[in-house]
Formats: sequence, structure tokens, C-alpha cells
Amino acid sequence: MNALQQREKNAGIVELRIPRRAEWVAVARLAVAAVANRLSFSIEEIEDVKIAVAEACTSCILQHEGGDQIDILFTTDQDALTVRVRSFGKAEAAADAAATSVDAELQIGALGILLIRSLMDSVEYEGGGGRDIHLVMTKKVAT
Amino acid sequence: MDIKVNVREARSHAFVVELSGEIDVYTSPKVKDAITELIDQGHYNLVINLGKVRYIDSTGLGVLIGGLKRVREHGGSVNLVCTNPQIKKIFDITGLVKIFGIFDDEESAMKALV
Repeated sequence: MNALQQREKNAGIVELRIPRRAEWVAVARLAVAAVANRLSFSIEEIEDVKIAVAEACTSCILQHEGGDQIDILFTTDQDALTVRVRSFGKAEAAADAAATSVDAELQIGALGILLIRSLMDSVEYEGGGGRDIHLVMTKKVAT
Repeated sequence: MDIKVNVREARSHAFVVELSGEIDVYTSPKVKDAITELIDQGHYNLVINLGKVRYIDSTGLGVLIGGLKRVREHGGSVNLVCTNPQIKKIFDITGLVKIFGIFDDEESAMKALV
């Protein structure tokens, strides 16, 4: 078994869909803590990931005119946790403007994005159109 | 998940807002209401005790910043009590340590009010 196969064998994927409402953000926090706990993260690192995921969800709630759901995909492997947070805007809103990473970043509250960038090892915006938010962030296990 | 808010007058015209629980997008309106009510009543010197707060996010920070901005317009101030390292880290990252007076105990925070 080569390294890639070993990595795939250890990979785990957890999907969570929550209503795009404030009272459900705590569920996302609890879920990511449970997933992160399966890796060798310290308690402090788990807290970091909880805050970053919650900030992304909060942004979906406050910063755009999106749909009713937030999709969260947790992918684990031996040494990292990647979290994708997606919320889709209304079709008519999405047609308003071409998406750029700058556009997406402007939708995240300044303090929220500062926290996400500070607490995670990498943060990217992928795809999305107009008012969509699609945030991908990774936290690596300290070696 | 919830936030408990306890407001009390510590000395003349200086109030303590003691918070307990988690401050996030769901619970921060309750904190905002408590602070807004005090300011609307003319109380501009506040100590906000975060000693029992386990979690705070950007919306919670926004409420604190909003409160500080309003009391400063009236020559008042807001000092924080914070001992949780994780919460302190959030204030460090966001640079809010330079804006708020942050103290280890309520007495020190109260003494430092202008």
C-alpha cells in the first residue's frame, strides 16, 4: 500500500446540513469539535477550528441573502482536517455579478475573516457565483 | 446553549454586566440588549465581566465594540474582566486588546474606569 492509498484509507468524510439560522451554529461547533477530536489536535487547536467554522456559518447567516441551508463537509486524513462551508444564494442574486475571491471575502465580516485566517492554516474561496459563499479551510495537526 | 446576563450597580454610576455562557450570533442580541438598556438609562461606565464566558465570536465582539463606542461618546468607558486564555486569544488576534482595558478581576477593572 503506497502513501496515497494509506492516506485514503485513513480519510473520513462527514457531511452536515444545518438550517441557515443563528440557533443552529452551535450544532456546527459541536460537530466540528467531535470530528477534530478524532485527530491528534490539542484542546486549543480544537477550539480554534470551532471558532473558524462558526465564523464561516455566521457569515453565511449575516452576510448574504442565501438559501435556507448551510452545507458543511468535514474531511479528515492523518494529519489535517479540511472543512468546506457552503451556502447558496438565490438564483436571481447569483446572477448579479461574476464571482471573484475578493467578492467572496467582502461578504465575510472583517473580524470573522480575520479570526478564520488567524486560526486556520489555509483558507480559500472556491467557485461560487454572485452571492454564494464557499469557503474551504484546513487545519494541520502540529508535528 | 445560552447566555446568562446579570447586571448590578457596583458603585455610583458604575455598573457590572456579568456574562456566563457562550456569546455567538444567536445569544449576542441578549448581551446587546442589556448593554443598550444601561446606556439608554445614562450609565456610561461599565465593567463587562467575561470570567464565566466559555466562547465568544465576532458578533459578540461587535456588541462589545458597539457598547464602547456609545459610552465614549458620553465620556464613559468599558473595561473587561477576562481570565480565559482562549477568550484572551480572540482579543489578541483581533487587536481589541489595544481598545479595551482588559483586567484579571472585577475590582481592578472597576478602579480603572475613568
